[in-house]
Amino acid sequence: MNKILVLLATLATGNVLADDATVKALQLDYQTKGVRSVSADAGKAMWTREFANEGEQRSCATCHTSDLRQGGKHASTGKAIKPLAPSVNNERLTRKAEVEKWFSRNCKWTLGRACTPQEKGDFLAYIASQ
Amino acid sequence: MKARHAIIAVLSLAGASALFTAAAFGDDEHEGREHDEGWFSRWSGSHGVAPVTNEQYRAECGSCHMAYPPGLLPARSWETLMTGLADHFGDNAELDPDTVATLRKYLVENAADKVDSRRSAKIVRSIAADKAPLRISETPYFQAKHDEIPARMVKDNPKVKSFANCAACHTKAEQGDFNEHNVRIPGFERAHF
Repeated sequence: MNKILVLLATLATGNVLADDATVKALQLDYQTKGVRSVSADAGKAMWTREFANEGEQRSCATCHTSDLRQGGKHASTGKAIKPLAPSVNNERLTRKAEVEKWFSRNCKWTLGRACTPQEKGDFLAYIASQ
Repeated sequence: MKARHAIIAVLSLAGASALFTAAAFGDDEHEGREHDEGWFSRWSGSHGVAPVTNEQYRAECGSCHMAYPPGLLPARSWETLMTGLADHFGDNAELDPDTVATLRKYLVENAADKVDSRRSAKIVRSIAADKAPLRISETPYFQAKHDEIPARMVKDNPKVKSFANCAACHTKAEQGDFNEHNVRIPGFERAHF
C-alpha cells in the first residue's frame, strides 16, 4: 500500500500529460518488479547519457534529440520520427505493448542491453512529463 | 571586350555540351527497357509493383523505413529476413511472435515470386536460385537499374543518404510506382532528365 502511495505521489507531482491509464498501468508493472519510486529527472539525465556500443557513442537523443517536443530522425535510415512528448503528439504513451516494444528495441540498440524496470520507469516519467 | 564575349561563348558551348552528355547518359539502355514495356502497361499499373496493402505491416515496418512493397524481394528473402529481426541490418527490430508470424505470411504471400507484376518477375529472374538477398539494393536487377547513379546523388546526398530511401527520389514509391519518369533526385532536379 505504501509503495502505491509513493508511486501515485510521484506520478501526481510528475505533471503527467500522457494517457494516464497507460502510463499508470506501466508504472504499476514496474512496481511489481521492485521499483519503489520513479524520477523524471533521472530519466532526463539518462536520456542524453552516451553508451559505447557497436563502435559508436549512442544515446536516446541520437535519434530522438534532447528535446522531446521536437521530431527526431532514425540514425541509419534518416526517416523522420514524430515527437515523443505527449503534449505535442497525443498518440504517444497510449498503448502499453507499443511502449514496451520500443523500450525493448531501443534499449538494446542504445545501451547494448535491456533496460531495467527502474530505468524504464524513469524514462516513462520523463517522457510523460514532456 | 570581344575576348570576353568569346570566352563566354566558349563557356556556354561547354555548358551546353555537358548538358547534352548528361542527356545522352540518361537516355541509355534503361530508358529503352522502360519504353519496351509500353505506355499501356505503365498506365494500367502492371508496370509497377503492387503497393503495400497490409496496414499492420505498414505501421510496424514503416516506422523506421519505407514499408517496402513485398513484391520487391522473393519469398525466400522475406523468410530469412523475418527470422533475424533482433539484428536487422544492425538495428534491433524485434516483434512479438504473433506479429512476426502475421507479417511473414503477408510478405511471403505477396513476394516477388508470388505476384503478377513484370517488375517483380524481373527482380526474381535477376537473382540466382541459391541466393536470398536481404536488401533490395543487393538484387542484380536493382543494381543494374541504379549503376549509373553517382554517390553524390544518393549516399553523399544529405536529403537521400541511402538507396534504402526509395521515396526520397521515387516520388510515387508509396504507390508502388518506380517508373523512371517519376524520379526527382533532391538537389539534382535540373541535372536529371
